[in-house]
Amino acid sequence: MGSSLNKPELLKNGKRLDGRDFAELRPLKIDAGILKNAAGSAYLEWGNNKVLAAVYGPKEAMPRHMADPTKAIIKCRYSMAPFSSIEGHGRSGPNRRAIEISKVTKEVFENVVMLEEFPGNEIDVFIEILQSDGGTRAAGITAASVALANAGVKMRDLVYAVSAGRIGEHVVLDVNMIEDNYSDADMPMAISPRNSNVLLLQMDGGFSKQQFKEAIKMVIDAGKEISGIQRAALENVYKNKKEDD
Amino acid sequence: MDALSVVKSSYIKELLGKGEREDSRGMFDFRKIDIKTGIIGQAEGSAQVDLGNTRVLAGVKMVPEEPHSDTPNEGNIIVSAELLPLAAVEYETGPPSPEAIELSRVVDRGIRAAGSVDLASLFIEEGKVWSVYVDVYVLNYDGNLFDACTMAAMAALTDTHMPKYSDGAADYKSRDADLPIKNIVTSTTFGKIGNSIVLDTTANEENAMDARLTIQTDGEVIRAMQKGLKGSFSTSEIDKLIDVSFDKHKDVLSHFKKHKK
Repeated sequence: MGSSLNKPELLKNGKRLDGRDFAELRPLKIDAGILKNAAGSAYLEWGNNKVLAAVYGPKEAMPRHMADPTKAIIKCRYSMAPFSSIEGHGRSGPNRRAIEISKVTKEVFENVVMLEEFPGNEIDVFIEILQSDGGTRAAGITAASVALANAGVKMRDLVYAVSAGRIGEHVVLDVNMIEDNYSDADMPMAISPRNSNVLLLQMDGGFSKQQFKEAIKMVIDAGKEISGIQRAALENVYKNKKEDD
Repeated sequence: MDALSVVKSSYIKELLGKGEREDSRGMFDFRKIDIKTGIIGQAEGSAQVDLGNTRVLAGVKMVPEEPHSDTPNEGNIIVSAELLPLAAVEYETGPPSPEAIELSRVVDRGIRAAGSVDLASLFIEEGKVWSVYVDVYVLNYDGNLFDACTMAAMAALTDTHMPKYSDGAADYKSRDADLPIKNIVTSTTFGKIGNSIVLDTTANEENAMDARLTIQTDGEVIRAMQKGLKGSFSTSEIDKLIDVSFDKHKDVLSHFKKHKK
């Protein structure tokens, strides 16, 4: 949450600064299978966010003492490029924020990947934020989910993520950077669409019970659109393959 | 997982199947909460919290510093939590683990989001504000560090007396004024084990836990939340736990009042 000082108006004529309605997503575009070396990959643009996700493995878990003889382990690295933000030069390497995001992202995929299929193995999920404009952890999870499917890793579901927030009395979907900096609440969530279970939930700011219920509904209702774009990205890989032949 | 963990884990699950816990508590009961303040005289404020056998110690130091450029009239609050290697056999020396970083950031986030400390009251003069450093040390681990650390940090803040500022420096010998506290944020952390959900997990329960949900509230609104681990929660489960969290807020507050003169 930003300071109340110099707080910009986040709503004009009942619309958000970028002209969106309260429950409207920013434009979302996903391309799957764009990196040759990775087992699976995805490039995502979500508003001004640009995100690359790649999956390596399943492969022998290293170091060996990390291996689990009953199932695969997931390693996850979320990282922001030093040039990704409008302000300053970011430090290279993961900071404490990135380590926390990597941890909760890893836990999302531990829920849906069929780890028991690959005992003794590791699956690596790399998320690189090339350009950031708010909601990058949600964008990273949505991209990594497509990359895992593109890698042919067996999963119970294709997870998506998006954040909800609050501007004054209004609950809003998919908060961008300026809204994130000055809004009254921010809540990134990851959802397993087959049962609407919550796999990631973080929140700070302030939500009444009623506002929270409204926010969670918005996130679940947005699933249809996001999941559709994820599936289309995966279908396109094979359509394009046929055309190449 | 070693053999003993597997045995303990199945014992906890077997008990929960019968609606019981290893220490006979109800599903949404806290263990005994004991808050003591004024533990470290050198610090501006301090508190030790015992939550069952989990023990944490929080200390507050206040330092005059330059404000952030985007908040020139406000001070800063920085809360961090550390897992000391003496707190459990599995804790090791070295850089903080992702688990320790998550704990630290979640405790900080709740207190920051609630605006518990009035940052405007930390303004000293043009170019000088107080930075309030709250360091929470985990001394003995027996589960539920999220709630114990939040309680200790809040209790230490309510115990804090501000140093005087004279001749461009802090005078730590004269600490009279109370640090202005706007609200007390409390934390309730639930563990999901199989299909059961319990409040205030012990170390044995955490060993068997599939998912974790922390809800921090000031009694008016939800201030922060964090879900952890690979398991999931349904939206109706979360709605119910938010209600429990608001109920527990009052109980935990009563422990704060008890220790206050």
